[in-house]
Amino acid sequence: MNSPANQTTAAGAQVVTFVIGEATYGVDIPCVQEIRGWSAVTRLPQAPADVLGVLNLRGTIVPVLDLRLKFGSTDVQYTPVTVIIVVSVMGAKGPREYGMVVDGVSDVIDVAPDDIRPAPEMGAGGTYVRGLVAVAGRMIVLLDVNQLLGAEFPAVDPEDATRAA
Amino acid sequence: MTIDLSQFHDAFFDESFEALDAMEAALLQLDAGSPDPEMINTIFRAAHSIKGGSATFGFGEIASFTHSLETLLGELRDRRISVTQRISDALLKSVDVMRELLLSAKGKQPISMKFVTDLQSEIELMIEQRETLDAPAPVLGTVAATAPADAVEWDIALRPGPDFFAQGIDPLRIFRELAALGALEVTAHLDALPDCRTLEPARCYLRWSLRLLSPAPEAVVREIIAWVNADCTVTRAGHAAAAHPAPVVPAVQAGSAAEAGSIRVGVEKIDELINIVGELVITHAMLNQTSRGVTGPVGDALRSGMQQLERNMRQLQESVLRTRMLPISVVFSRFPRMVRDLAQRLEKQIELRIVGETTELDKTVLEKIGDPLVHLVRNCVDHGVEKSALRAAAGKEATGTVILKASHRGGNVVIEVSDDGGGLDPERILAKARAAGLVGPHETLAPEQIQELIFAPGLSTAETTTDVSGRGVGMDVVRRNIADLGGKIEVHSERGHGSHFVITLPLTLAIVDGLSLAVGDQTYIVPMTSTIESLRLTPSQVTCIADGREVFGFRDEYLPIVRLYKTFGLTPRTRVLHEGLVVVVEGAGRRIGLFVDDLLSQQQVVIKSLETNYGRVPGVSAATILGDGSVALILDVVDLIRIASLREAA
Repeated sequence: MNSPANQTTAAGAQVVTFVIGEATYGVDIPCVQEIRGWSAVTRLPQAPADVLGVLNLRGTIVPVLDLRLKFGSTDVQYTPVTVIIVVSVMGAKGPREYGMVVDGVSDVIDVAPDDIRPAPEMGAGGTYVRGLVAVAGRMIVLLDVNQLLGAEFPAVDPEDATRAA
Repeated sequence: MTIDLSQFHDAFFDESFEALDAMEAALLQLDAGSPDPEMINTIFRAAHSIKGGSATFGFGEIASFTHSLETLLGELRDRRISVTQRISDALLKSVDVMRELLLSAKGKQPISMKFVTDLQSEIELMIEQRETLDAPAPVLGTVAATAPADAVEWDIALRPGPDFFAQGIDPLRIFRELAALGALEVTAHLDALPDCRTLEPARCYLRWSLRLLSPAPEAVVREIIAWVNADCTVTRAGHAAAAHPAPVVPAVQAGSAAEAGSIRVGVEKIDELINIVGELVITHAMLNQTSRGVTGPVGDALRSGMQQLERNMRQLQESVLRTRMLPISVVFSRFPRMVRDLAQRLEKQIELRIVGETTELDKTVLEKIGDPLVHLVRNCVDHGVEKSALRAAAGKEATGTVILKASHRGGNVVIEVSDDGGGLDPERILAKARAAGLVGPHETLAPEQIQELIFAPGLSTAETTTDVSGRGVGMDVVRRNIADLGGKIEVHSERGHGSHFVITLPLTLAIVDGLSLAVGDQTYIVPMTSTIESLRLTPSQVTCIADGREVFGFRDEYLPIVRLYKTFGLTPRTRVLHEGLVVVVEGAGRRIGLFVDDLLSQQQVVIKSLETNYGRVPGVSAATILGDGSVALILDVVDLIRIASLREAA
């Protein structure tokens, strides 16, 4: 589970699906580090509204992004059943970890590459949608976490990063 | 099959650079006139090991140059040439040349050979002219105390370990050098040699017995095998085997730096250990909190167990952190040379005294403190200490003194740089500061405040800009670099009696002593080194000045109040100043009062980077994990002051 997968879903690859509001989304399973229940985060001053703060994940400080806020939900609640999906993406200086808050995790499904339909043109921000796939009558939006989080957390200037290290 | 030697290059370069440092240090102590034979030996051994290594690895230029150098050193050691200023200068220059050569070999860069060959010919000339340079000095307690006039038979047993060849040692070279001393008989013992199918070509299965008939003194013979990391004995034939094992200690460790056996470990391995121990501390704190809720005999047992665990963990943490510590001599060692060269160029007489060079501090701190110290020492030499005539006129000794001192004080390392020169000139500093617009024309300042001004950006009091110092960048950069390390710098100076700079640094960058503060539902840590005092204000102490800015009186000055909940956009428990607390913090020479809800405790926290996964956060330097597993941000006081002053300016 340690190596974040950057490649597109290979034949028979598995996808973790989760729900936000009415919609179902999916991310490649190799990106997912763990799924954990909601716990209070430490706020970061002057962070964007959808960046809730940081969390201690076994000694690493992990930023938490509320995907619901990012995707336009306004009425979000934080209850014990709210879920944080911890994903690992490849940054310039190695793997980086982020938490994504969603309403709930639903399933792990197999997706064949042939079943993936390209996403319709969605304008700005659409680059993190890798495609759509229909499973059992439901439409699942496959997300590219590298694109999604890479845009949200731009790479830190390596000079700067050494200061607090 | 050939062995790829390039895999050993890094080790060779590391060791060679260390050998050069040892050479340089010994050379500087050699200056005094009557050379200490042990010093010459140290230099000789260092040159010898570089020569051996470079020949093995095929760095012909280095080997050739060091060969000439070694010949000269040999002459010095055997007192056929005595140490003069000219020679010690040439030797120092050759250290530079060898460093250049090694650097170019390491970076595989071509290098201008002109100055190498020039110096080499100069050295060779010195060797040729030895008769005319001076008469041979009488042999006074030379290295070879047992130097026999007649040929003596030496028995040498060489029992190398299996990784002998992998260390890049060529036994043939040793044999050739020994053979140069006299008649040599070599017997190889092949009894441990396996048959061809199981033989590993890179492994050494051989042993040798050598018999040398030579008039050479014992020290010379030992010298040749000294850099062989193998079990090796030298005995006089016929004598009982009072077998001294050959010194396995590499030449670089000769002299004061001698220490017990050591191994090279990658810094990242140590950092990993430090991280894991940091985890352990956090986990322990969490368990500790849980154990408080357990009642009855089980709870008591649990708590006493936790206490024991805590003691062990503290020890573990200290030990692990100590592995990253290096003596400050690593940094101090460059100064004798620098001061000597500078003093020569500036025609001043300066003695550098170094105190406490064994004081240890974190490797990262050590690496970053070098430049600021160079700057301070240069300033002392250039602006601080006066020329001899001036000193004599002021009734001081002709030779000025610069003192570099390191010591432990509490959980900090204190480095002091002081000189007995002219001291800071408050009037000139003030005039400069007024000219630069740093101080208003009618503002009056206390003497300490004037001295503080030297750390202001864009202020250089040097009358003429020399190539040594006075380029206008300087003390402000020094202060910033030190602040980046979580330390601070102060200056005390008395006109006519010199200046005294005191740098206080944390022992390590992994842990900080902090005060935890509460604002709303958040906890913040402010480093103890930045905190002056915390106090509860009464309404009468606070003065509102224009547009909602508040100040309060604190020790003869007025400090702005920064409400942390406003800066960070939080909902506090109280907005009323006298209900919360004000913590006076200091950064980059300025002070502010931070208004917070409450003080929680003083504790040591493990510093965690926020930037690995996130990025820079204004007003925050890093994060840490508290006992309950939650994250707390560590405040960057300098940045908070900057933000506050931006707001003021707006």
